Amino acid sequence: MYPAVFEYLKPSSISEAITLLQQHGEDAKLLAGGQSLVPMMKLRIARPRYLIDIHRISDLNYIREQAGQIRCGAMTRHVQIEESELIRDRVPMLCEAASAIGDAQVRNRGTLGGGLVEADPSGDYGAVVLALNAQMKCISPRGERVIPAADFFTFAYTTALESDEILTEVIFPFPDSNSAGVYLKLERVAGDFAIAGAAVQIGLGQNGVCSTVGVGVTGAATIPQKAVSVESLLQGKKITPQLIDEAGRLIQEGAEPIEDTRGSASYKKKALSAILRRAIAESLRRAEAKRSS
Amino acid sequence: MKKQIRLLVNSEEYDLQLEPNRLLLQALRDDIGLTGTKEGCSIGVCGACSVIIDGRVVSSCLTLAVACQGKHIETIEGLAKDGKLHPLQQAFIEYGGFQCGICTPGQIMAAKALLDENPKPTEDEVKEWMSGNLCRCTGYYKILESVMAVVNNKISPDFQFRKREQQARIQSLDVYKSVAKTE
Ligand SMILES: Cc1cc2nc3c(=O)[nH]c(=O)nc-3n(C[C@H](O)[C@H](O)[C@H](O)COP(=O)(O)OP(=O)(O)OC[C@H]3O[C@@H](n4cnc5c(N)ncnc54)[C@H](O)[C@@H]3O)c2cc1C
Ligand code: FES
Ligand code: FES
Repeated sequence: MYPAVFEYLKPSSISEAITLLQQHGEDAKLLAGGQSLVPMMKLRIARPRYLIDIHRISDLNYIREQAGQIRCGAMTRHVQIEESELIRDRVPMLCEAASAIGDAQVRNRGTLGGGLVEADPSGDYGAVVLALNAQMKCISPRGERVIPAADFFTFAYTTALESDEILTEVIFPFPDSNSAGVYLKLERVAGDFAIAGAAVQIGLGQNGVCSTVGVGVTGAATIPQKAVSVESLLQGKKITPQLIDEAGRLIQEGAEPIEDTRGSASYKKKALSAILRRAIAESLRRAEAKRSS
Repeated sequence: MKKQIRLLVNSEEYDLQLEPNRLLLQALRDDIGLTGTKEGCSIGVCGACSVIIDGRVVSSCLTLAVACQGKHIETIEGLAKDGKLHPLQQAFIEYGGFQCGICTPGQIMAAKALLDENPKPTEDEVKEWMSGNLCRCTGYYKILESVMAVVNNKISPDFQFRKREQQARIQSLDVYKSVAKTE
């Protein structure tokens, strides 16, 4: 199977890539790891006339710590996130999400930026950037801007990025040192997208009550959701099994999952509730272990 | 418009003129003639087209050939050295790791990428790693057994690839072919 004919362009810098995007407008697409775009092109769902391959732009591939944040270039491959000591140490849920993506072949090629911009309703990174309040740095001919995760996803496979904009960096603020997080995902078969996924970061105060909380879920709607209702339910309270059940009920009530081969809407709601409850219990367990160590 | 590119496959250089929409998979099979790498789903799901690029296993069906300039590509054809099979190839024969064989080059390249990085993985690590390589014949246990045989050094030291037997089989296939032609 082949994609339709296109012209292949390989900029070596971000500014060159922006010029090319500006030149070719809607006829052009950026190619990162190609793990979503190439299948789409083969199936004729996408048909760009110009393909701008950004994989050789080294300024887009890095993981660094800076002023209480982790900054990842958009071309950072899933496998690099999975293997990063820094990320494992600081934001383990990001590592867990990266290792839960597809299979080794997908993780060796696919990128953080590609995964976010693709905005698959069942993608894994969406929940994580929402739970951690990450920020997306983007560049276009009009300059630079930063989009908060909560404003990034607009619809299935659609983001706030303009067609001439490049996502260059994802910024993850360090979570509170008294907090711990987890990403859990339910999949139908190994290597598949999520039926439901939950990213939960919980911080515990002196008295053991929940002092900070971030919750993102995938599979609840056409886009990943910041579970604000669950966050305000947990905030400031002691997290008991009853409260966790209540959180599960809340998410299930509010969810409007897409029905597809991975399940009916009613099944997916229950799955989401279950995976969220597990994720809250696990991040609570980790936060308590951290406190007593 | 065709692009001039040089591919480095199993340490040999190939100068090719390729359209940008040519995937590495087709460049290997149709332009270079290395047909060991197989096409299954063609959309990144099955693993039949797995090759190793710069030490990492990837799907050649999703990799543009023009993007591979200057990278070191390994395929199944590069594994046997001086008439001696790679331990993984030998194990797949000894432990029945394949039946029809269409997934086998991908299975072996995926396993090689793992063992090159981690020669002593646990069975669970192998299972997890190989989850991107589907097989419709073996039921996976024999594949797992074959890989673990290499990990645990359980392949025969004096293994002789049974060339005569294989030639006999090929000859019998040739008979079928000539019959088919005359019909
Ligand atoms: C078999 C299989 C299983 C998978 N399973 C999962 C899974 O379980 N979970 C999951 O989350 N994902 C999964 N994926 C998708 C995978 O994570 C992709 O890597 C990801 O969705 C896209 O990343 P990419 O780098 O390959 O991007 P590409 O395919 O190259 O690009 C995707 C889109 O993003 C745009 N784009 C890429 N980078 C940028 C940028 N820096 N700025 C602006 N636009 C950009 C492209 O123009 C394109 O529209 C799977 C894919 C396959 C083939
Ligand atoms: S043919 Fe490439 S993964 Fe199936
Ligand atoms: S041996 Fe036939 S598909 Fe694996």
